[in-house]
Amino acid sequence: MESVKDIDVRGLSCPEPVMITTMALKKYKGQALRVIASEAHVSTNVQKLLKKNNIAFELSNESNDYVISFTA
Amino acid sequence: MNLPDSKLKLAPTGAIISNAELDRTMSLLDSKLKLALTGAVFGVFAVILALSGNPGNMAICVACFIRDIAGAMKLHTAAPVQYFRPEIVGFIMGSFLISMATKEFRATGGSAPMIRFILGFAMMVGALVFLGCPLRMLLRMSAGDLNAYVALIGFAAGVGTGTFFLKRGYSLGRSTAIAKTDGYVLPAGLLVLFVLSLTTALFAVSEKGPGSMHAPALAALFTALLFGALAQKNRVCFAGSIRDVILLKDFSLISILGGFFVVMLIFNIAHGSFKLSFTGQPVAHARHIWNILGMYLVGFAAVLAGGCPMRQLILAGQGSSDSAVTVLGMLVGAACAHNFGLAGATAAAATETAPATAGGPSAAGQIAVIALIAVTFVIAVTNQKKIEI
Repeated sequence: MESVKDIDVRGLSCPEPVMITTMALKKYKGQALRVIASEAHVSTNVQKLLKKNNIAFELSNESNDYVISFTA
Repeated sequence: MNLPDSKLKLAPTGAIISNAELDRTMSLLDSKLKLALTGAVFGVFAVILALSGNPGNMAICVACFIRDIAGAMKLHTAAPVQYFRPEIVGFIMGSFLISMATKEFRATGGSAPMIRFILGFAMMVGALVFLGCPLRMLLRMSAGDLNAYVALIGFAAGVGTGTFFLKRGYSLGRSTAIAKTDGYVLPAGLLVLFVLSLTTALFAVSEKGPGSMHAPALAALFTALLFGALAQKNRVCFAGSIRDVILLKDFSLISILGGFFVVMLIFNIAHGSFKLSFTGQPVAHARHIWNILGMYLVGFAAVLAGGCPMRQLILAGQGSSDSAVTVLGMLVGAACAHNFGLAGATAAAATETAPATAGGPSAAGQIAVIALIAVTFVIAVTNQKKIEI
């Protein structure tokens, strides 16, 4: 089974997390990804990007971080 | 639209679009409408503040109000602009309280704090040369002040320049989790100062000029609390609005500004404060090149700092000590802008005793704007990082 690729955008200022996720969507097309964010507004922005791209995702929390799992 | 997904629907233009796509478009339109309504609520808050005593087209201005606080604390002594503005306390506390309630508060720091200080300083000097932050620019636009439309050109160009560097890999690096108490310092400190401003004669208060015009302190605080909480929930940012359009073709944030602008436009027309002109506008000047360059600096520095002056207050409230340092940069920038005569002067019509003046920044103010634009370019160029994903 293919491993899940983690995209760590913790602590980055806007709009870097969304830019990096956009890059990851292209680079890892078809792969399982997890975007890890440290702030709620970053998580919201990434979710919005995924919705715009019609990608279904799952949300979870790991310690203090927000994790968004999906298939690019 | 609950047609089966397999069905195709003929759009009015004759193009065939799938039902899923139609649903998606509808939901995007729906969220845009919601955001525009949120902007309208911000407009209503601004109207409340204007009607209860704040200067008309300065109902809410983050740069002006931080400058007034700098004056109240005697960090500068420009007599017309000294007053401890409760709105700034309200914005930060509103964001602080809502982020605590929703468990979104995170004490973070360590992403190039001194560079952020300089960016805050630069934003403030640029804003005070133009005479307003992006928020007041929008208020001035809604009151027909054509100088603000000229400044918007500069602001958009500044945001565009910042976005250009973002695309090339500009980053100030990551912030990390820090002691929770660090995130409490700015909200708590401001609250103490606010109480002192109400209960003692410690702070200076203008007798005339913009600083003498203000809504009752508690009304201003409560309105700003709601404003700050709503801004935290909706991630409102004036620089971010234009940046997202350029960078991501995303019109969400700018929809909020649209709603805000429409409400303020209606208010100004109804209130008789709409006047389409370059001259005779309250607390403004028509030195076009300096309006453009001042706001260019604000837009450029704001994108590099990850948010406009108002957004920095909100981020500081939800625990970012990097943004708190940016706010301190703005405070020191405001003090310097007045101590060293960098801020733009208001244009004045001729009176019986004095001829008309064009206002605008002094030679020192002009040099400061050019120098700070150069510094901002240096920051943009020297903080390129290769992104590995």
